[in-house]
Amino acid sequence: MAEVRFGQAINRAISDAMAQDPTVVMFGEDVAAAGGPFGVTRGLAERFGGERVRDTPISEATIVGAAVGAAMSGLRPIVEIMFMDFITLAMDALVNQAAKAHFMFGEQCSVPMVVRTPHGGGISAGPQHSQCLEAWLAHVPGLKLVCPATIADSYSLLRAAIADPNPVIFVENKALYALKGELPDEPENVAIGAARTARAGQDLTIVTYGAALAPALDAAATLASQGVEAEVIDLRSIQPWDEAAVRRSLARTHRLIVFHEAVEAFGVGAEIVARMSDVAFDELDAPPLRVGAPFSPPPFAKSLEQQFQPSADRLIHAARRVLT
Amino acid sequence: MAKARVEIARLDNSAATRSDLLDLFSRVQLIRQAEQRLTTLFADGEVPGFIHLSIGQEGVAAGVGAALGRDDTLASNHRGHGHAIAKGLDLDRFFLEIMGRDEGYCRGRGGSMHIADMSVGMLGANGIVGAGLPIAVGSALAHQVRRTGGLATVFFGDGALAEGVVLESLNLAALWKLPLLFVCENNGWSEFSPTAKQFAADVKDLAAAFGIRSRLVDGNDAVEVWQAARQFCDEIRDGGGPRLLECMTKRVRGHFEGDPQKYRVGVDTTEMGDDDPVVRLAGRLSDAGVSDDEIQAVTARAVAAIEAAVAAGRAGSQPSFERMLDGVYARQVANG
Repeated sequence: MAEVRFGQAINRAISDAMAQDPTVVMFGEDVAAAGGPFGVTRGLAERFGGERVRDTPISEATIVGAAVGAAMSGLRPIVEIMFMDFITLAMDALVNQAAKAHFMFGEQCSVPMVVRTPHGGGISAGPQHSQCLEAWLAHVPGLKLVCPATIADSYSLLRAAIADPNPVIFVENKALYALKGELPDEPENVAIGAARTARAGQDLTIVTYGAALAPALDAAATLASQGVEAEVIDLRSIQPWDEAAVRRSLARTHRLIVFHEAVEAFGVGAEIVARMSDVAFDELDAPPLRVGAPFSPPPFAKSLEQQFQPSADRLIHAARRVLT
Repeated sequence: MAKARVEIARLDNSAATRSDLLDLFSRVQLIRQAEQRLTTLFADGEVPGFIHLSIGQEGVAAGVGAALGRDDTLASNHRGHGHAIAKGLDLDRFFLEIMGRDEGYCRGRGGSMHIADMSVGMLGANGIVGAGLPIAVGSALAHQVRRTGGLATVFFGDGALAEGVVLESLNLAALWKLPLLFVCENNGWSEFSPTAKQFAADVKDLAAAFGIRSRLVDGNDAVEVWQAARQFCDEIRDGGGPRLLECMTKRVRGHFEGDPQKYRVGVDTTEMGDDDPVVRLAGRLSDAGVSDDEIQAVTARAVAAIEAAVAAGRAGSQPSFERMLDGVYARQVANG
């Protein structure tokens, strides 16, 4: 058991996968010599050499497009898109190529690739370096998307993503790079699509993922001091998401709030709330709610961004609404 | 890094044996007959959707296809029938797919724009202009890392040159010295617009800017294409890095089948005359002493093979919708 930072757990997952499988390669902007913009891939080029760990030019469309071609030709590429906002430049490769090759070519091939990319974080990175765009990608049949909230999951979900025969987007919240915690010597396997109960409770279900888990747990602690026991579900995987786990929880609590850092409108929360309103309508004792960012690009100024970021206070406020 | 040189290839016929010429002619005729047949199938409503024909451009596909090995990979584009046939795809499954049948290459999910056969390294036609280039970069990377001894090829038209990924892909291929043959089929048209009004540069200059050697060939002469492609493939296999072959050719049909081509009236003809790659290659065969009977026998075999494939296509079954929904995600890796 070692105490590591979030990024070091990711680094170990890549390192272990590369040591185990010579077809795993990694490339992206400044991931080799510089060790990544957040230091996540430090040391990997030295350990595995310049053939398997490569710096690319600033060419997002071709980084991801090349990952598709490499995956179809026998490699298991891990690529990095430096900020999730830049994924806009690689959308053809993701949406029209990676997502569709298995389906469109009649299942002749698979596309085992991972795109690592950081979102959110509230670090005054401004409108083009802060967005949480996971809902876009979760909307595309053929892609998978995971978003870890803990040290252990960052390792295990990344291993699962690398092992998966499909294109998987691995989303890292920038706020979590500062997180420190224990990484077991032999971390448990985590299946893509399996949620985790981060806190048990019977009065209210809070569904969340990524860095929003921490304020969700803070809110749950405050609510507990007021006699309300919230169950907090960490989705871990957005596409596919663990519908059964949410439904099981709702069958006990009968109240639902989905809490995430991404913009609320047309988002992950909208999908979960809509789905539960359909298949678990009879379980609901109150309108299911979403708590996310307002319909605005992320701002730069600290004072603005603090108000933009969904907070424990806003979650508690929503909890009061569904509990009355 | 060596600066690119542009050469107008004028290779003599002596290196091509009778059997080389017959092989090229067979490829050209298979593509021509397949696409001629598609025009009638489309007009008769037996082929739905969009089809983009390469009639007039067969010399490029045949010449490059004949220079490739089975393990070499190929990324194609929306006008990709010729590339697929030249790479050795099964004609029955080709027609089955274009006719939307379950036994087709893509189980009826892709159609003309997405023909692929991973077993011969044909990584797929592509509905997005320019999208094949980054895919070929990745496939070439796989050849390099896995030391397969093979190479990747990508076919793209002059209409793709204004896409940003062309620049990105040339750059990355040059930086990484990838085993990659870029093949630009220059037919002068970017969909409905003349490329002269769409692209302010020249592909050879673009290649030269990245230090990639290029060569301009007459794409209507399959032999010339084949010899240039073969030489470039040898250089690439020797570790020379990427090469670019620009093939001047002609798009006889519209951008898509059914295109009235009003934009072309008075600007350009849709006739090829003696530049027709079938005519040119037949002339080469005659020069090499192949009799008219032998030439006609190759054509007859192509026609028969296509008719058999059309019959197979008609006999195919309708794909299952449930099976389709089950095919969105892969359960295991099935590549390379």
